[in-house]
Amino acid sequence: MRIIHYWRAMWGIVWRECWRFVTQRERFISALVRPLVWLFIFAAGFRSALGLAITPPYETYILYEVYITPGLIGMIQLFNGMQSSLSMVYDREMGSMRILLVCPLPRWFLLLSKLLAGTAVSILQVYVFLAIARLYDIEASWQGYLSVLPALILSGLMLGALGLLLSSFIKQLENFAGVMNFVIFPMFFMSTALYPLWKLKESSALLHDLAHYNPFSQAVELTRFALYGQFNQYAFIYTFLAFFIFMTMAIIGYNPSKGMMIRKGGS
Amino acid sequence: MNKYNLILLLAVLSTVTRAETVFVTLEKDNALAVVDPIAGQLIKTINVGQRPRGIAISPDNKKLFIATSDDNTIKVFDAETLKELTKLPSGDDPETFALNPKADRLYVSNEDDSMVTVLDIAKKKAIKQIKVGVEPEGIAVSPDNHWVISASETTNMLHWIDIKSGTIVENTLVDPRPRAVNFTMDSQQAWATSEMAGTLTILDTQSKKIIKTIHFAIPGVTNDTIQPVGIAIDNKRQRGYVALGPANRVAVINAQTYEVESYLLVGQRVWNLAFSPDQKRLYTTNGVSNDISIIDLESQKVTKSIAVGTYPWGVAVKP
Repeated sequence: MRIIHYWRAMWGIVWRECWRFVTQRERFISALVRPLVWLFIFAAGFRSALGLAITPPYETYILYEVYITPGLIGMIQLFNGMQSSLSMVYDREMGSMRILLVCPLPRWFLLLSKLLAGTAVSILQVYVFLAIARLYDIEASWQGYLSVLPALILSGLMLGALGLLLSSFIKQLENFAGVMNFVIFPMFFMSTALYPLWKLKESSALLHDLAHYNPFSQAVELTRFALYGQFNQYAFIYTFLAFFIFMTMAIIGYNPSKGMMIRKGGS
Repeated sequence: MNKYNLILLLAVLSTVTRAETVFVTLEKDNALAVVDPIAGQLIKTINVGQRPRGIAISPDNKKLFIATSDDNTIKVFDAETLKELTKLPSGDDPETFALNPKADRLYVSNEDDSMVTVLDIAKKKAIKQIKVGVEPEGIAVSPDNHWVISASETTNMLHWIDIKSGTIVENTLVDPRPRAVNFTMDSQQAWATSEMAGTLTILDTQSKKIIKTIHFAIPGVTNDTIQPVGIAIDNKRQRGYVALGPANRVAVINAQTYEVESYLLVGQRVWNLAFSPDQKRLYTTNGVSNDISIIDLESQKVTKSIAVGTYPWGVAVKP
């Protein structure tokens, strides 16, 4: 296998995913409506919810909608990561996964390509969301829109890898509701997406610790800092390690001789 | 030096931001905070006397005048060394005062006595007292040195004092609790805020009539928290800025159309305002959140808030 074959396969998977997303208008709109509802309705009701305290990367007082914007970016990527896992289950049920996996390329590479495809789709959604938020006066500098890209790639990969890992456990599409209840909601609400850590500490030390060690929080913080041209080293290392662990486990999960595939009888 | 080096040198010099110092009176700390706004740092805090509030810097930027209310005096400091030079007999509980353009007279509001006291700075004595309405608060001298306006909070009036004769020649009724007053640089207009009514009144200096009353409305903020106080108007009279107190916002007003362009979020209970010498930045004192906010006027964005001490009240800027 030459490198060009790897490239062709990766490009094919990423392109298929992006094309599928853009042509599915309902999916495109619904992916945007969710964070926009949070931004325009939920955040409007909590304008002064943050009280007093300027926390980095902010250097002055901000409105609540400015605070939750990176959290909503995380929400887009979280849902997208889970959506990818859903599509993996769907592909497996429909048989198209079999076609992909018989390709004479290493399985880990195909999974990584699938992950990159999902991340590319999520980044597409994030930038459209940021463009709409800009019309609503929630704006970063142009450098900020650029510097957030690497953060979005890493957080997208991490959340996508989590989705892949989960999809290796899920047998049927119907089980996805469980993912919503037991993964998406706890991860999102128990994080810094909606409220800063110091605010959580005021109500519960346990909640604060859970939010602090939630990889989703660190992905959100990485994005938040990057959006203002700053690098949060702790969040970067944490997110990267989480990605590495989830990805390794997902590869094991999708290995027919070792992982969950045995229990599922292969796919 | 060849021409390329010269161009390079000029380019470097043009990008260097001129340093300036922001002085903030801290009502509860009995102190003056000295801030480097370019570095975004509090440099030091010095004790200046009991309950410092009103502050002004002389036009030559050499002297700093600070009303220390509970000492019943206005103190004069060297703006460079911050050493106390002298004290002026302001009368009881001085809060706000205005310096005339020549910096030889100081007009002080004596709230409890319903008086405006005129001080001769060189002689360090009161040369005249003018009876005004009940609880005079805001006071301003027109840049052409023709008028002093004293705003009395309880009488709801602006009193126009002719500087030459030292007498009130006109009274203008405005909305309840007029708090601060300021002139445009061309002395053609006076702007006055009414704290209780939540309005800004713009008056024509020549006719002394009201040109426009501006009401403020901020989405998501209740009207009772909109309490306008400090006013700053740029030298070209393009924009005016009004501190809205507990609404935690500074209103940006188009000084030509009198439309409110935007509301900028700053710290809690924003009180007084001061421009940087080049008028590219605006500094706000935030009384409850104990900080000052810096507004970049080119981008119309609040760029930073810096903790300074307890109850920041007045602000003055030295180039």
